[in-house]
Amino acid sequence: MSRLDRAARSLFLGELLAGMRLTFKSLFKPKVTINYPYEKGPMSPRFRGEHALRRYPNGEERCIACKLCEAICPALAITIEAEPREDGSRRTTRYDIDMTKCIYCGLCEEACPVDAIVEGPNFEFSTETREELMYNKDKLLANGDRWEPMLAKRLELDAPYR
Amino acid sequence: MLASALFWVFAILLIVSAALVISARNPVHAVLFLILGFFNAAGLFLLAGAEFLAMILVVVYVGAVAVLFLFVVMMLDVSFTQVREGLQRYAPVGTAIGIVLLVELVMTLGGLGAAMPQAAAGLTATPTHLSNTTALGLLLYTHYVLAFQLSGLVLLVAMIGAIVLTLREKPRARRQSVARQTSREVADTLQLVNVRPGQSIAELGVLRPLETPPIPSIPDLIGATASALPADPTRDGSA
Amino acid sequence: MITTDNLVTLALTVLEALAILVPVLICVAYATYAERRVLAAMQWRKGPNVVGPFGLLQPFADAAKMLLKETIIPTGANRVLFLAGPMLTFILAMVAWAVIPVNNHWAIADINVGVLYLFAISSLGVYGIIIAGWASNSKYAFLGALRSAAQMVSYEVSMGFVIVCVLLCVGSLNLNAIVLAQRHVWFCLPLFPMFIIFFISTLAETGRAPFDLPEGESEIVAGFFVEYSSMSFGLFFLGEYANMFLMSSLTTILFLGGWLPPLPFAPFTWVPGPLWFLLKVFFCIFMFFWVRATFPRYRYDQLMRLGWKVFLPTSLVWLVLTASVLYGFHLLPHAQV
Repeated sequence: MSRLDRAARSLFLGELLAGMRLTFKSLFKPKVTINYPYEKGPMSPRFRGEHALRRYPNGEERCIACKLCEAICPALAITIEAEPREDGSRRTTRYDIDMTKCIYCGLCEEACPVDAIVEGPNFEFSTETREELMYNKDKLLANGDRWEPMLAKRLELDAPYR
Repeated sequence: MLASALFWVFAILLIVSAALVISARNPVHAVLFLILGFFNAAGLFLLAGAEFLAMILVVVYVGAVAVLFLFVVMMLDVSFTQVREGLQRYAPVGTAIGIVLLVELVMTLGGLGAAMPQAAAGLTATPTHLSNTTALGLLLYTHYVLAFQLSGLVLLVAMIGAIVLTLREKPRARRQSVARQTSREVADTLQLVNVRPGQSIAELGVLRPLETPPIPSIPDLIGATASALPADPTRDGSA
Repeated sequence: MITTDNLVTLALTVLEALAILVPVLICVAYATYAERRVLAAMQWRKGPNVVGPFGLLQPFADAAKMLLKETIIPTGANRVLFLAGPMLTFILAMVAWAVIPVNNHWAIADINVGVLYLFAISSLGVYGIIIAGWASNSKYAFLGALRSAAQMVSYEVSMGFVIVCVLLCVGSLNLNAIVLAQRHVWFCLPLFPMFIIFFISTLAETGRAPFDLPEGESEIVAGFFVEYSSMSFGLFFLGEYANMFLMSSLTTILFLGGWLPPLPFAPFTWVPGPLWFLLKVFFCIFMFFWVRATFPRYRYDQLMRLGWKVFLPTSLVWLVLTASVLYGFHLLPHAQV
């Protein structure tokens, strides 16, 4: 670019005008926003959202209280206590997840040998108080019952890649 | 009726805020009262029919000068108690100056009507056929053009003086040169070189930007470091 | 003496003030909405579109939110000044409208130093900010206030010279006369460089992007209004937008021929004057949004360099040039009373 050309460009604000032309053109571009509460973006089957404890089809809970998830949890969000049930099987008496600590890394579901604890597709579980985010076993099992069809589908979709 | 009521309001507020300027403990409050004072003075000018002066007072003093006052006072954190220490000692001097000014003012105002009837007429008469902006302009640029230009010059000298006193040349300071930045092009700063594996770019002579002043040739530098430093097996000269 | 005459005059004045302030406030409210929509569109987003049809009730939702929130006054703050700052900003942005003529002699006060009045009021705008910054007793607020003070004082200088250029061509300080002087040609054509300088200076004067250093949310959090909440923040917000409208009106009056139609014949003259005025103001406001969507914030030294080393000399040279041309071609207007 010659010196004269450059001088003319800066004198007539060439670069500023080019910038303004660009923004003016994008004024008429199609919008890329998703109208969120009414429209949602596509979601991978590996999406790591709210936790759930799953059951077998016969209604028996999957968790065997091996505490692998508790051990691997990097945020120390999971607390498990276990005792033998009347029928002698090993089950949890307490399974708590502090959702305010959880970092949604998905290591718990990776660690689980029986696919009991999973992270589901739900990401809209905000609450008005902190206490509501201290999930206990009942809440997690309820989540599992609520999302089971989708959870099973997600596991199936992801299975070939595991 | 309304005008006289407004006059009293402005006048009293002006005096009160002027008193508060010198008695306020907090320097920032003092400056804010000064600004209030300016405002009331502008109001008085307006009542006197000098709308141009009133607006100029607001634009120049309130809009610019007082902003800088406030700026400085806020920045410097002046301690007024320290300033007050000398109050007792300097009070007589201040009072004396005040009295002299007062006497002068009274003499001027009292003597004006008798001694200089023409001047008094010029001061009081409102030109009916001109707006006061025009009247002021006509006076300033005809009868008083010399004084006006001279006062402008004095201000210019003061400004240049202030700049000269505060400007420090820092020869080592790096300054932004916008023209150089905007005229920078790829070819001036970037050179694409085909470097074979194992070859040093120093051999190609492109260690520095092209436009920098000539530097000692690379082999010289390598030789110098090699002789000055003990032999270092990890140093390959091109680093 | 309170007589019926006085009361009638008082009532009329109040009505006149309301007649201009209510539309201004409605425009200001919708400017916030329009800005969000325009910025969103320029960034391929949608902007507020949920409250009411096309999000048109958004300003009212915002207003309700601000009114209902708690006004927090920091412990270390100077209470009186802390609350006075936003009020001052808002009031100054409102009182300036007294002299704006939206049509021939349609102004509350058609005073003969109208330009100076506007210039004085706009130069006072900085006090609200400085007082707020100082009274907040917070370092970010204080830095914002200092930046604002220096910025406004710097840009007023070149703005003053630009205004003087226009005044040279008009020969009067009356806003009405300034518009009427543009019957033949709008001043934005013969004084085009001054028009550009004036527009950029108004951006700096209102503290809008790319000169929003007093706020500078990425550097000094939110500048002078970090500590403000609820309606005291709202007043700053309203004041900023009202100032934008004020500066746009000033630009319209000085350079875009006020209420005059672009061409003085049939299809243009059908549109009433106030509508032309409004259209031109909206155009300027759109420019504010457009510039904000386009340019990143200036660095402070760049801002100062632009004001003092570019605008000041340019406007001075152009002032001398204007004066010489007017004098040389005997075009100087006669002093109007």
